[in-house]
Amino acid sequence: MRIHLYIPCFVDQLFPKAGMAMVEILEKLGHTVEFEESIACCGQPAFNSGYWEEARKVAARTIEGLESAETVVIGSGSCGAMIHKFYPELFKETPLSEKANALAAKTFEFSDFLVRKLGVTDLGAKFPHKVTFHDGCHGLRELGIKNQPRQLLSHVQGLSLVEMKEAESCCGFGGTFSAKFPLISSAMGDVKCTSALETEAEYIVSSDSSCLMQIQGLLSRQKKPLKTIHLAEVLVSR
Amino acid sequence: MEATVMNDSKDLILRRIREALKTPAPVPGGHDYSHAETTPSRPKPELDNFRQWLPKVENDFNSQWSLVTKSFNALKTDFGLLDSPTQLIDFVQELQRSENWKRIAFHRGALVTPVVDSLQTEKIEIKSGYDCQDLEKCEVGITECDAIIAQTGSILITSRSAGGRGLSALPPHHLILARPSQMVSDLPAAYELLYQRYGKDYPSMISFITGPSRTGDIERIVVLGAHGPKKLTVALLKD
Amino acid sequence: MSATYAQDFKENSGRMSQDLTHRAVIKKALNAYELKRDENRSKYLDWQEARQAAAEIKWEAINHLDRYLLEMTEKLEARGTKVFWAANAEEARNYVIQLSQEKKVKSIIKSKTMTSEEIHLNSALEKLGYDVIESDLGEYIVQLNDEPPYHLVFPAMHLTRTQIQAIFKNKLGSNTSDQPEELTMVARDIMRQKYLTADMGISGANFGVAETGMISITENEGNARLTTSFPKIHVALMGIEKVLPKLGDLALFLPLLATAGGGQQITCYNTMIGGPRQKEEVDGPEEFHLVLIDNRRTELLSDTEQRDALHCIRCAACLNVCPIFKSSGGHSYGTTYQGPIGSVITPHLRGLQDWKHLSSASSLCASCTDVCPVKIDIHHHLLHNRRNAVSQSPVWWEKILFIGFSAVTAFPSLFQASLKVARFFQPLHGFIKGSILDPARAWTQTRDLPEIPAKSFRQQWKQRS
Repeated sequence: MRIHLYIPCFVDQLFPKAGMAMVEILEKLGHTVEFEESIACCGQPAFNSGYWEEARKVAARTIEGLESAETVVIGSGSCGAMIHKFYPELFKETPLSEKANALAAKTFEFSDFLVRKLGVTDLGAKFPHKVTFHDGCHGLRELGIKNQPRQLLSHVQGLSLVEMKEAESCCGFGGTFSAKFPLISSAMGDVKCTSALETEAEYIVSSDSSCLMQIQGLLSRQKKPLKTIHLAEVLVSR
Repeated sequence: MEATVMNDSKDLILRRIREALKTPAPVPGGHDYSHAETTPSRPKPELDNFRQWLPKVENDFNSQWSLVTKSFNALKTDFGLLDSPTQLIDFVQELQRSENWKRIAFHRGALVTPVVDSLQTEKIEIKSGYDCQDLEKCEVGITECDAIIAQTGSILITSRSAGGRGLSALPPHHLILARPSQMVSDLPAAYELLYQRYGKDYPSMISFITGPSRTGDIERIVVLGAHGPKKLTVALLKD
Repeated sequence: MSATYAQDFKENSGRMSQDLTHRAVIKKALNAYELKRDENRSKYLDWQEARQAAAEIKWEAINHLDRYLLEMTEKLEARGTKVFWAANAEEARNYVIQLSQEKKVKSIIKSKTMTSEEIHLNSALEKLGYDVIESDLGEYIVQLNDEPPYHLVFPAMHLTRTQIQAIFKNKLGSNTSDQPEELTMVARDIMRQKYLTADMGISGANFGVAETGMISITENEGNARLTTSFPKIHVALMGIEKVLPKLGDLALFLPLLATAGGGQQITCYNTMIGGPRQKEEVDGPEEFHLVLIDNRRTELLSDTEQRDALHCIRCAACLNVCPIFKSSGGHSYGTTYQGPIGSVITPHLRGLQDWKHLSSASSLCASCTDVCPVKIDIHHHLLHNRRNAVSQSPVWWEKILFIGFSAVTAFPSLFQASLKVARFFQPLHGFIKGSILDPARAWTQTRDLPEIPAKSFRQQWKQRS
C-alpha cells in the first residue's frame, strides 16, 4: 500500500525518532512510505485559539498537499483528530468542503491504522520493561482509540503493561492552553505523573508526542526517574 | 391580588423562541466518532422502549421480589412480608414497642385502618384541616402507597393515596403498608400505572420514595435522616 | 470589565491549582461518587443508547419549545397554578418580591435551586428584610459561610467536616463534634420548625412536563418535599429549557440524572407537582406559582450550533470529571454554573467578551462530552465560543501571531529557516530559563523543555533518499 505518513510539526522538530520509527514499521510491513515536505502544520494551534480563518489557510495547504495520497497515517491522535474530525467542520460550506471530507475519510491514526486497517498486532518488537500507557485525549475521545495501542503492546516481548488509575485523564497539555494557563495545566500533569509513578513503571508510553512532552517536562523538572517514549519507538525496539 | 395583574413577558418570550426556532438545529449524536459512520436505526425514544436501555428487570414475581429486597437492603429500607392481617398487626405492634411510639399519624385506608385501630397510642388522623404541629410531634406516619418498583426499590405515593403531602415527609419514621401485588417491574411500568390510574385527574403531588432521607453534603459521607424520615419501613401483607 | 473577570479567574484558578489540600479534599469527595457512578452505569442494558434517547427527547422539547411551554402552562393554570413568564432576572425577582409583599410574607424557606442563584434572589429578598433560609444541607452550610455554592449539585464539597463544625459553632453556637451525622442533625433540628412556620417555600424544578402540566423535583434530603408541603405559598423557579414533552419521559430522565449526577440508581425523592392543594386533598400549599425564566436562554436558543447546550439537566457530571474544575475549584469560575457546561453557557448568559476566558481554560480533553447524559457537545462548544469571540473582536497580538504563522507555513523554506533560527538559539536559552526574559516562561516555570535533537525528521528523511 502507498502510505502517506503525516508527521506533526512537533514530531518533526522535537521527536524525529518517533517519526523515523513509524517509517521503519510501515516499510517493514512492505508498504511504500511517502512524506510531503511542503506541509508544515495541520493548523490546530490557530483553530484551537479561535482563529479559524487563519487555520483554514494553513489547513488548505495540508488538504492540497495530500489530495493525491491514497491513505494518510498520522502518528498523533491530536493531529489525527484535527484532520479526521475538525477539517470537515472547519471547511463546512466552503469550496474545499468536499476535499476536506475526502481527506478525513482516508486519514488514520498510526496505532488504529496498524490494528484495524492492516490487522497487524505483532511487530516482533522486544522491550523488556515495565510500562504504563497514557491515552491521549484526542485519540481516545475524538477518535475512539483505546484498545489498539494496548493490543500492539501486548505482543511486545518482555514488556509488561501496568495500567495507571488515571490512564484516561488529560495530561494537561492542550496546546496553547498549557501556556495560557500554565498552573492549571501543570496541576493536571501532576495528577497524571503521580498516577503513573504509582505503577512503578519505567516508561510512560503514548501515541501522542505532545502529551509526552508535557509529562516529560514535569518529570524532568521534578527529577523523577520515570521516562516517556512514543509507542512507535517501543514497536521498533529489538 | 396585584401579583396576578403584574404584566408578564409571555408574549415576548414566545416571540423570541419562535424567532430563534426559525433555523433548525442538527439532530443529536452527530458528533459521535468512527470511520464507518452509519446511523443505526433506533427505536423511538419513548416510554415503551426505555426498557431496552434501563437496568434489566425479569418478568416473574420471584426475581422481582429478590431484586426489590436487594435494593431495600442496600438503601436501608426495612421491610416485612406478612402472611396474614394478624401477622401485620403483630409486626407493627412490635415496631411500636421497640421504638416506643407515643403518637402516631395516619390516614384511613383498607390496610391502614385495622392496623391503627389495634394500636394503643395517641393517634392523629390526617384529614382536611389537620394541624401540622400535631403531625410534627408524631414518631411515625403510616400510609398506603400506589406501587412498589422492583427495579429501584422505590415506593410510589401520591397526595391521594398516601394521606396528602406531609404525612410521608415529616415524621421521623415512615411506615408503608402495601400488598405484594402492588409491585411493578420498573419505572416505565410505574408511569404506565400513573397514566392509567390518574390520567384524567392527577393528584397535585406524586412522589417516588427510595429509602430513608439521606444526604452526602458533608464530605460525601452518607447520613440518613437529613430532613425527611430517618427510617422507612415497608410492611407487605400477602394477598 | 472583561479583563477583571479573566484576571480574577486566572489568579484564583492558578492559586487553587497549587493548593494541594484543596485538591485532596475534592479528590476524596469525588472518589466515592465515581465508584458508585460506574457501578450503577454498568447496570444499564445500554447506557450509550439511553443517553442518545435522552438527547433526542431533549432535542424534541427544545426545538418545539413554544409548543411544549404552552401545553405545560395551560395544564398548570387549569388546575390553579399561577404562571409568571419572566424575560430576565429582574422580572423574576420582582415577581417574587411583589408576591411576598402582598401576601405579607415574613419568613421564606428554600430548597435547592440554581436558578435562584442565577437571578440573585436571596440577596434581593434579604435586602428587603425577609428571613430567607436554605434548607438543603450543603446550601445551608455555604449560606452560613456567606459564599456561593461551590458546585451545582454538591454545594459544600470543598469544605471539610472540621471546617463545617467551625462554621456551625461560629454562626449557630452549636457545640457538636465534627461527625457528619451530628452536624447533619444540627441542621435538621433547626429546619423542622422553619418548614412549618415559613409563609413561603421556594423550590427549583429539575424538569417540567408538558403533557400533564407538572414540575419534577429531584432530591435526597426530603427538604424539597417539606418546602413544598407546608408553607401556604409555593413558588417554583424554572428555566424555560427544563420542559419535557411527556410525563413518561421521566422514567428515563430520573434514573439518568441520578446516575450521572450522584452516582445513584435513583435519588431518594423524585416528586412531581401539578398544582396547589386540590379539592379533597388534605394539605399542600394554597397557592402555587411557577416562575418561568428566560434570562437570555432564548439567545442561546438562536445559536443553532450550540442550541443543544439547552439540553442540560444540571446533573454536574461534567464538573465531576473535569480536570480543570478539579484543579481550579468551583469558586474560581465566578459563575452560577461552574465547570465545562458553565464555561459553555455563561458567555451566552452574561456576555461573550467578559466570559470567553472560560472557554480558553480547557485542554479540550472531552471528558465532559463523554460523560454528558444528554450528549451535549460540550468541549466543541468551547471551540465555538473561542471562534465566535475572535470573530467578534480578535486579540491583536494573537491575530498577528496567527497571520504570521499562516504566512510562514505557506512557505516551507521560510518555516524551516525560522526553526533553524530557533535551533541556533536554544543553547542560549539556559541563561534566561524561567526568568521574565524567557519567552517560554509560561512553560518553563514548572516544566523542562525537551532538548531539540540535532536533526529534524525532515532532515533525516531527506538524507535517506
